[in-house]
Amino acid sequence: MRSKQLTLKKQRSIVIILFFVLIAAFLFSICIGRYSISPVEAVKIIFSTISGNTEPLDPVKYSVVINVRLPRILMGILIGAGLACAGAAYQCIFGNPLVSPDILGVSSGAGFGAALGILVSAGVVLVESLSLLFGLLAVGLVLVISRVQKKSELFMLVLSGVIVSALFEALVSLIKYIADPQEKLPAIVIWLMGSLASSTYKDTAVAAAVITPCIIVTLLLRWKLNLLSLDEEEACSLGVNVGMLRMIFIIVSTLITAVSVSLCGIIGWVGLVIPHVGRLLVGNDHRALMPACVLLGGTYLLLIDGIARTMTAAEIPLSILTAIIGAPFFAYMLRKTTRR
Amino acid sequence: MTLEVRNAAFGYGKTPILKEVNLSVADNSVVTILGPNGVGKTTLLKCIMGFLKWHSGETLLDGKPVCGYSGKEFWKKISYVPQVKKSVFSYRVLDTVVMGLNTNQNFFAIPKQEDYEKAIKVINTVGAAKLADKYCDELSGGELQMVMIARALVSEPELLILDEPESNLDMKNQLCVLNMIEHISRDLQTSCLINTHFPNHALRISNQTLLLGYGDEKLFGNTPDLVTESNIRHFFSVYSKIVEFKVEEQYFRTIFPYKIDQGK
Repeated sequence: MRSKQLTLKKQRSIVIILFFVLIAAFLFSICIGRYSISPVEAVKIIFSTISGNTEPLDPVKYSVVINVRLPRILMGILIGAGLACAGAAYQCIFGNPLVSPDILGVSSGAGFGAALGILVSAGVVLVESLSLLFGLLAVGLVLVISRVQKKSELFMLVLSGVIVSALFEALVSLIKYIADPQEKLPAIVIWLMGSLASSTYKDTAVAAAVITPCIIVTLLLRWKLNLLSLDEEEACSLGVNVGMLRMIFIIVSTLITAVSVSLCGIIGWVGLVIPHVGRLLVGNDHRALMPACVLLGGTYLLLIDGIARTMTAAEIPLSILTAIIGAPFFAYMLRKTTRR
Repeated sequence: MTLEVRNAAFGYGKTPILKEVNLSVADNSVVTILGPNGVGKTTLLKCIMGFLKWHSGETLLDGKPVCGYSGKEFWKKISYVPQVKKSVFSYRVLDTVVMGLNTNQNFFAIPKQEDYEKAIKVINTVGAAKLADKYCDELSGGELQMVMIARALVSEPELLILDEPESNLDMKNQLCVLNMIEHISRDLQTSCLINTHFPNHALRISNQTLLLGYGDEKLFGNTPDLVTESNIRHFFSVYSKIVEFKVEEQYFRTIFPYKIDQGK
């Protein structure tokens, strides 16, 4: 992988710029929609809500900002940041830039859990719980299968991931096949394509409670990611406890992905591509790359979701948009920055 | 620092590769493991460092079995210079060398200014000052080898283990690496354990040699006693002539291989 040569100072300023870009994207997302609100009003509403003084506000505007848009926007930032963070960590530990956060089968497992929940007409909470449960179960299964002589080799992990993904994808197909084509099949299909539309404060709180600590752990250990990307024996000879660190990153990334899939469905592409955009901007060094990925991921999903909810009267599923908008953008960036 | 391998054996599955290996590295000495390709030199190093487990026998570091050390304690005393290969993600030379300090840092640490100063000092000692800000994938094989040596030296180890450090380099870079190893053992007082398939290099830099051959042949002793015409024929299947000469007030011995021994 080629990447730009940058000094530490430059890397830091790019990360700071990305932070302000995220803030700008946040304000922009609050303001756009069917009912448009000016940025000044939006800031005023948010600040008076925080300070508990909501009386002088227009109730319609208040409701649009605080009840409708804000939870969804916070959710978008959290999930985007989490998926990008998990993706970058996985690409590093598997030493493969084509890896995405669901390489160990978490999305297929979570997808199956949700489809099963929808099939048996379970309530929202049960669907989400089933999804989370099966997501974690899938990765647990991968870890069990790949463990030979108390050790999980990387290629065994990846292969086990492929096996478990295939199994759960087949089970999802089975559920789709037997599901009622009038009601349940469309619900399953749409759920699998991902959406932030049903985000409530309760969901957002759950996401925040799991994803934030996971991101913090990854950021605290970001220097170790540089070492983990080396050959296993090389890393070991530098005093790195490869097995333990790898397991920490697998657990943390699995939690992020499982929670985001169980709350918002499968949102592809973010975890795969944002780390590359990050590398093009700040280089391979994970000390700058991880914060950059967190900020970029949040911004990206926020903007994509903004388009999803404003472009047409009916919402467009996220996975479609992340790819349709992301693919050409990524191709352009790749061509522009890869010289020689 | 002393390192000792006692009666050790290893094999993949049921095929034995190494049997009854005995080897010791004394304080301040250079030891080479010399043998033809495919005889198990790298495997031996991997066993010594614990990447592969001995089937029997043991490695002792300062008289204590290696399995009694925690990973961190072990790698504080020993640094490893692996064979150079390109990695998927490449970092700046300076950042790569700083990685060598990880053994001294706690779990969440991120390298500090003083770590960078240490790294710069070591980069200067290996003569790579101009490369500090380059990326590792822009370097030539010889330059990258020097960076790897710098990364191993930055933690100030007592023993440096190098896996064929000079095998893929041109003449000048081979000399650079050999001179570097002499400098490390003489001036930094760090012992070196080196894999090589060049008898000339063993002769030039090492005090002791472990000669490894096919069919479980091995000899351990002082290098000048072991690297002889008859041993070269026996272990490498090559007829050779050892030539002594004097250049610039310095005596050199070199081995010239002239014919393959068809008998083997």
